[in-house]
Amino acid sequence: MSMQTELGSLLGWVEGMRSRVRKLAREWEDQEGNLIMILHAIQNEFGYVPRGVANELAKEMKIPMARIYEVITFYHYFRLTPPGQHSIQVCMGTACYLKGASDLHDELARRLRLLEMGGGRGGEFQLETVRCIGCCGMAPAVVVDGETHGRLGLDDVEKILKPKRGTP
Amino acid sequence: MSRKQLTVSDLEARWAETPPARKWARVGLDTGGIAAGARQVHKALLEAREDAGLSVDIEKAGPLGLAYADPVVVVGDESGPAVVFGAMDPESARELVEGYFQDGRLLEDRVIATRERGRDLDGPPQVSILVKDTGDGKPEDRTAFFQDLFREELTVHGLDGVVGVYRALDMGLYGKGVCVQLLPSRVTYANVTGPDVRRIIEKSLGEGQVLEDLLETAVEPQERIVLRNCGHIDPDDLDAYLQAGGYRGLRRALLDLSPEDVIEEMKTSGLRGRGGAGFPVWMKWRNTRRPEADRKFVICNGDEGDPGAFMDRSILEGDPHAVLEGLLIAAYAIGADKGFFYIRAEYPLAVERIRRAIGQARDAGLLGRDILGSGFSFDADVRLGAGAFVCGEETALIASIEGRRGSPEPRPPYPSEKGLWGRPTAINNVETLAAVSAILDRGGAWYAGIGTEQSRGTKVFAVTGKVRNPQLVEVPMGIPIRTVIEDICGGAGRGARIKGVQTGGPSGGVIPLARLDTPVTYESLQELGSIMGSGGMLVMDETDSMVDVAKFYLGFCVEESCGKCAPCRVGGFQMLKLLEKIHAGKGRPEDLATIREICHCMRTASLCGLGQTAPNPVLSTLQYFEREYLDLVDARGPAAARQARRGRESQSNWERM
Repeated sequence: MSMQTELGSLLGWVEGMRSRVRKLAREWEDQEGNLIMILHAIQNEFGYVPRGVANELAKEMKIPMARIYEVITFYHYFRLTPPGQHSIQVCMGTACYLKGASDLHDELARRLRLLEMGGGRGGEFQLETVRCIGCCGMAPAVVVDGETHGRLGLDDVEKILKPKRGTP
Repeated sequence: MSRKQLTVSDLEARWAETPPARKWARVGLDTGGIAAGARQVHKALLEAREDAGLSVDIEKAGPLGLAYADPVVVVGDESGPAVVFGAMDPESARELVEGYFQDGRLLEDRVIATRERGRDLDGPPQVSILVKDTGDGKPEDRTAFFQDLFREELTVHGLDGVVGVYRALDMGLYGKGVCVQLLPSRVTYANVTGPDVRRIIEKSLGEGQVLEDLLETAVEPQERIVLRNCGHIDPDDLDAYLQAGGYRGLRRALLDLSPEDVIEEMKTSGLRGRGGAGFPVWMKWRNTRRPEADRKFVICNGDEGDPGAFMDRSILEGDPHAVLEGLLIAAYAIGADKGFFYIRAEYPLAVERIRRAIGQARDAGLLGRDILGSGFSFDADVRLGAGAFVCGEETALIASIEGRRGSPEPRPPYPSEKGLWGRPTAINNVETLAAVSAILDRGGAWYAGIGTEQSRGTKVFAVTGKVRNPQLVEVPMGIPIRTVIEDICGGAGRGARIKGVQTGGPSGGVIPLARLDTPVTYESLQELGSIMGSGGMLVMDETDSMVDVAKFYLGFCVEESCGKCAPCRVGGFQMLKLLEKIHAGKGRPEDLATIREICHCMRTASLCGLGQTAPNPVLSTLQYFEREYLDLVDARGPAAARQARRGRESQSNWERM
C-alpha cells in the first residue's frame, strides 16, 4: 500500500469517527444526564474509549477533556486501551471466590504464560477479573468472549482455551 | 405490536379474561438460565413440537429462582403449572415433548417436586411416583433401589405401564430419608422404608387412602409477592403482565386515590426500603412530596453491586412491568414527571427488558401525557451504571446519572430536598418498587399482615456459596435464617457442615452457626453485627477461612472506595495490609488491636455508607471467629499459616455440589 492511500484511509477513518461522535452527541444533546450514556455507546462501538475519540467528544459537547477523563477513569467499566482478541473474564463475586475463582484465575494466567513462552499466542487473550456477573448459582463462572461457562474446575481450563487458540 | 392506547375499560376487560384451554411449556430465559443453556433448550422444544405436530405453546419466561437447577422448564395448562423440570438440555427437552405431552411420561433425574403438597387423594387417579433419597445419615443413596422396589410392586399389582416411577432431581425435603411424591395429587410421604412400598401402592394407589403416618405436612415457607410473576409470565409481553392483574395497582392509585392517600397506604403497609438501610418508604415519599419545586424525580436503583446478589437482576429480567408500575405509583405519590432506571451495565438483559417494557408502556399510554385519563403525566428512561459499588449510595448515584464521577456528598441536604439536578428526588430499590405495585393492588393492610411488627412483608434473598441448592427465595420477614438455609436450600449438602452465613455483602457481617435461629428482620440482624442489606446470603462451611472472607470483602471495599474521604481511603487500605500480613502468617498480636482501632475510626468518620460499613465483615468475624485470627497470628511464616488455614480453605473448592 502506498503512503498516499494509507494516509487516505487514515483520514477516512478519522472523518468517519468524527461524524459518528457528532451523531451521538446530537442524539443525546437535549437528554438529561448524557455523558455516561455516550461513553457507553462509544465503548460499544470501539471496544474502548480511544483518546482521539474522547477529544472529539469534548469538542462536540463543549466541555473540557478533563471532565471526560475524570469520568472514564472513575468507573471500572470504561477502558482506555483496546481489548484483546479474546476476552476471558473470571467472575470474582463472593460465591465464585468461595468456590475457588482465585485458583481458577491463577491457572488461566499460568496456561496463558506457557502459551506465550512456547511461541504461541497467549497475548491474544485478555484475562481479567470482573465484578459479580450474577450467575452465583453456577459458581465459579468464567465468561469467554461473551459466553458464560459455569461450575468450572481446574481441569476445565484447557477445555475453555482450546477452541479459541489460533483463531482470530 | 399494537400502538393502541389502552383505556381503563380495556384494562378491566383484560383482568377479567379467563385463560383459554391450552397446554404450555415455559423456559426460564434469564441470564443464569441462558448461561446454563436455556436458549438451546428453548430451541429444541420448538423443533420437537414441530416434529411431533403438537399444539403446545412453547413460551419464554424470567427466572423461577431455582439457580441450582438451570435451565428450568415448567409445563402446565390453563389451570396453572403442573411439573417443574430442572437441569434440562436439548436432548431431554425433546424427550419432554415426545414423552410428557404425548402420554404424560416424566423425565428421570429432572423433576423438582413442588412444596405445595397435597393432603388427599380424592381427585383423579395417580399416574406418577417421584422417588428421592433425601439422606438420613446413611452413606449410600437408595433412590435407585427404591425406584426398583416400586416398579416390582407395581408389576405385582398389574400397574406397570399405568403408573410411572421416576427419580426426582429434588424433593424440597432434606434429611428425611427416602421421600415419595404421588402425582397429580402431590401427596408426599417422607421416611419411607421398604415395607411401606407395598402399603403405598395398595392403600394409596389402590384404595385412595392417605397414609397419615408417612404424610409430609410441612408447608412451603416461601411466600411470593415480589417474585409473583417471575418465571410465570413472558417478561417481554405487556399482555401477559396485564392478564396476571398487572397495572391494577396503578389504576387504583391514579383513579381512586389522591397522592396523599397513596402515601397513607404505604404507611399502612409498613414497607421499608429493600436496598439495605430499611428506611420507611412512606416517609421517604412524604419528604419528597413536601418541598415546593418546579420538577421532581423518581429513581429506581438497579445498581445491584453486592457481589453474590442477583435479586434485582432476576426481578428486572423476570417481571420488568411490575417494577415500572411501582415507579409510576411512586412518581404519582410524590408528584414527579420523570423517572430513571439506574441499572448496572453488566446486566445487559435486564436493561434490554426494562427498555422494552418502557416502550410498550409508552405505546399503550401507560407512560406519557394524561395517563389513563387521570391528568397525571410521567415518562421514564434508563441510565446505565458503569461499575462503581459506591453508586449504590444515593448521592453518588445521583452524581452518576448527572454524568459525573460517583462521589458521595455529605447529607443533609437529603435527596428528598435536593437530589437530581437539585430537585427533590425519591430513590427506591428494584425490589421495593415491585412490592409497591402489589401493595397498591391488594392493599396496605394485607401486606402489613405478613412479617413482624417492625419488619413487614416479605424479603427476597439470593442464597449462594456452600449450600446444596443455591437459589432465590422470598420469605416472610421474621422467619429464622435456618429455615431459609436448611429447609428451603437444603443446608450444606452431604458430608459438610455450615460454619456461618454472611448477610448484607461487603457492608454486612457473618452470622455464626450458633445464631442461625435468629429471625430475619432489620433489627435482629443488626444486633448480631450484620445487616439485612440488599439480600445476599452467603453460606460458608467448615473449609472456609473467616480471615480470608474478611480479607475478600475488605479488598472489595478498598477497590471501590471513591477516595474522597481519608478514613475510608487510607483506613481501608491500611487495614487490608494488616489482614494480608496476618493471612500470610506474618501478623503480630498487636495487629488485632490496630485493626479494631481502624474499624472504629472508619465507622464513625467516613463520609458515606461504604466507608462506615466496610469494617463490618472484619468486626463480625473478629467477634465470632477470633480464634482463627489468633491461630494465624501464632503461626510463624507462610508455611505455618497455610497449616493454620488447612481445612479451612480451598481444598473442597473443586468438588461440585
